Amino acid sequence: MIKASAYTFKILRYDAMKPESSPCFSSYKIRVIPGLTVLSMLIRIRDEIDGTLSFRCSCRSAVCGSCAMVINGKIDLACRTQVAAFDTDTIILEPLPNFEVIRDLVVDLTPFWRMYDKIQPYLIRHSPVPEKELPQSEEERRRIDQYVNCILCACCYGACPVLAREPDYIGPAAAAKLERFVLDSRDERPAGALDIVNDEKGVWACDTLFRCIDACPKDVRPTDAIVGLRKAMVKNRFQKMLGKAKDEA
Amino acid sequence: MLDHDILIVGGGLTGLRAAVGLCDRFNVGLISKVYPVRSHSIAAQGGINAALTNNPDSRDDSWEKHTFDTIKGSDYLADQDAAEIMCREAIGIVYEMEHWGCPFSRFPDGTIAQRPFGGAGYPRTCYSSDITGHVLLNTLYERAVAKGVKIYPEWFVTALCIEDGRCHGVVALDMRTGELIPVRAGVTFFGTGGYGRVFQHSTNALINTGSGIGMAYQAGLPLEDMEFVQFHPTSLIGTNILMTEGCRGEGAYLLNNQGERFMQRYVPSAMELAPRDIVSRCIQTEINEGRGFDHPLGKYIQLDLRHLGSKKIIERLPGIRNICIDFIGIDPIIEPIPIMPCQHYSMGGIDVDKRCASEILGFYAGGECSCVSVHGANRLGGNSLLDTIVFGKLGAQAICEDLEDGVPRPDEKPILRLKDNVEEKLRRLATPGREKPYRLHAELGAVMNEKVGIFRTREELEQALNKLIELKRRYREVGVSSPVRYMNYELTAALELDAMLDVSHTIILGALLREESRGAHFRTDFKTRNDGDWLKHTIARMGDDGSPVISFKDVVITRYQPTERKY
Repeated sequence: MIKASAYTFKILRYDAMKPESSPCFSSYKIRVIPGLTVLSMLIRIRDEIDGTLSFRCSCRSAVCGSCAMVINGKIDLACRTQVAAFDTDTIILEPLPNFEVIRDLVVDLTPFWRMYDKIQPYLIRHSPVPEKELPQSEEERRRIDQYVNCILCACCYGACPVLAREPDYIGPAAAAKLERFVLDSRDERPAGALDIVNDEKGVWACDTLFRCIDACPKDVRPTDAIVGLRKAMVKNRFQKMLGKAKDEA
Repeated sequence: MLDHDILIVGGGLTGLRAAVGLCDRFNVGLISKVYPVRSHSIAAQGGINAALTNNPDSRDDSWEKHTFDTIKGSDYLADQDAAEIMCREAIGIVYEMEHWGCPFSRFPDGTIAQRPFGGAGYPRTCYSSDITGHVLLNTLYERAVAKGVKIYPEWFVTALCIEDGRCHGVVALDMRTGELIPVRAGVTFFGTGGYGRVFQHSTNALINTGSGIGMAYQAGLPLEDMEFVQFHPTSLIGTNILMTEGCRGEGAYLLNNQGERFMQRYVPSAMELAPRDIVSRCIQTEINEGRGFDHPLGKYIQLDLRHLGSKKIIERLPGIRNICIDFIGIDPIIEPIPIMPCQHYSMGGIDVDKRCASEILGFYAGGECSCVSVHGANRLGGNSLLDTIVFGKLGAQAICEDLEDGVPRPDEKPILRLKDNVEEKLRRLATPGREKPYRLHAELGAVMNEKVGIFRTREELEQALNKLIELKRRYREVGVSSPVRYMNYELTAALELDAMLDVSHTIILGALLREESRGAHFRTDFKTRNDGDWLKHTIARMGDDGSPVISFKDVVITRYQPTERKY
């Protein structure tokens, strides 16, 4: 429900190029009508009140993953959050945690993409390519469904308490991407490919507090992936002890 | 100065496919104003057409039939040789994407699933539930990562450098640092997408300004068939988020306020699956004649999925359901979706041939920013994802062929001169002006929507032209709030607005001159197609005074003689 005809938006401002200035909130009072999203209000603030405000946006329909931020304490996409969703007429916007701020709500995603690149985020095959499609059953396709839905918005990365204390942790999104390929019936990566995340900076770092699941706007469950990868590693180790590892076959 | 053999601008499907096809042989750089996975290709929902014959109802399908449907759908304005190439390549392209890991939905026999789409004789649209663009873009991005393509994310190209009949490269703004960087390249390839945002109501992402098209035009390249603008029949009212044609492919109804499936009166044979231009006009007619519904956000028609049942909706159209719940508070399992037609796609674009080559040495373009032309006057649903990947691939092949004798190294002086010009322009924009870019953008969007929409007349188009000329004049007074150049979205918006005004100018002028109705271009003062005078492409070049000068080009006809387009 809309709480008032005008809402107050408090937005945390900062400019990393001017390190002498400390972060501070700017307040904007703006008229709202039902059905408006936080992103549409941000756009109106930028267009009509303050052209210096910086934030990312693209699809405005919760598929491109550009506009992740903290909205009244909760991490979500600004484009899919209705202003009327809160029990207050004040909306506080802050940049995504666990990242360096570049300017205002724009954060430096470099570490997020570095982790993504690290896990070999692509289908790996060695077998000859057939003329037509590689067959895959409906059931096999369903197995990767939730991971396929990931839009790489980094909400999970911002929500992760492990990343807050251990910036070198692989993080939930990269783990989910890896599991997407490990579970894909067509993928032929060797068991050793999981070594990339088989250490205290990898999937073993996760505290399984499920904050990533709460934060995901697309119902992906990265913790499932982390648990799945752990199981696969344990299984590989036993198989290796028994001399049956895929790598050595 | 940054140097690359080949510079690709645009991180969507076209740009990534071109990069993947070139990076083994050349030093390739790819510039994208957003992280590539944020590109608008991500938003495509329904699917990609290819005559795989996997669907039990499409065993007799063939690429030739796909070609015919494409040409008929184009209202015979597509170049038939190019349409043939696209439809023949389609099959291999879909298999290739699958081999690279694209998670298509499957039929029970393990083959790629296919659904019916508008204007198609057979169910040939391959899909991944309703996130086909998402899975294709992720797959190609993954491929680019696997191959180590050098990507410059959040770099914004400000100008294209063409001098002495050849392309030298671009001048780009590193949005992170605010630095202006001259980029020299033997070949520049644009896959910069469409211009949806010149219209107030568009399904397109906010980044779809058409600035690539405008930049090419300002650098002297011709634009083709700009008056052909696709209006999608079904966008959610208010936000105009796309409700995929896949909804109707799965069997959804369109209902007016009488509860009538009104398509029965217009196209009884195809019903809801008539091509987009036709369905959009039918919906708009229902609304105009008082058979729409009222809503604070505008008048609408209902897209009714309820009879499909919750299982099918959740399985095949989960994204659509989520969008409806998140953005308008409606669950399509329980209630019909309120929809209206709005701008969706640009059939026109930078004039290139079927190898993606332009008339300028060293400049190529593909995908929505280009016009080959494979879509003619109206694109069929499921053919745009196809276009992006096919011509990304074919463009890369053509560039390989054209660079057989080595990579040229263009002169750097023109690029440095252009950089000085851009510096000057940025300085001018950074002085406080009387006009704000967003104000002008809003006025442009409104006039394009009201006067250059689904139904057009000479009178309204002339009004639009006058308004456009006024906006161009006022653009000279534009100033932004802050002189800093890093992450200054108002500044990049001001730069893009310049291109948007020129792009709009070509759309309006083309629409004004074309005194006939063909495909998506409908003139209420010239209601029929006129092959005698108008079976030809429109070519717009920037004249000396900055206004477009229009000339014409023949349509390539191979096997399919133009006949009346009936469904």
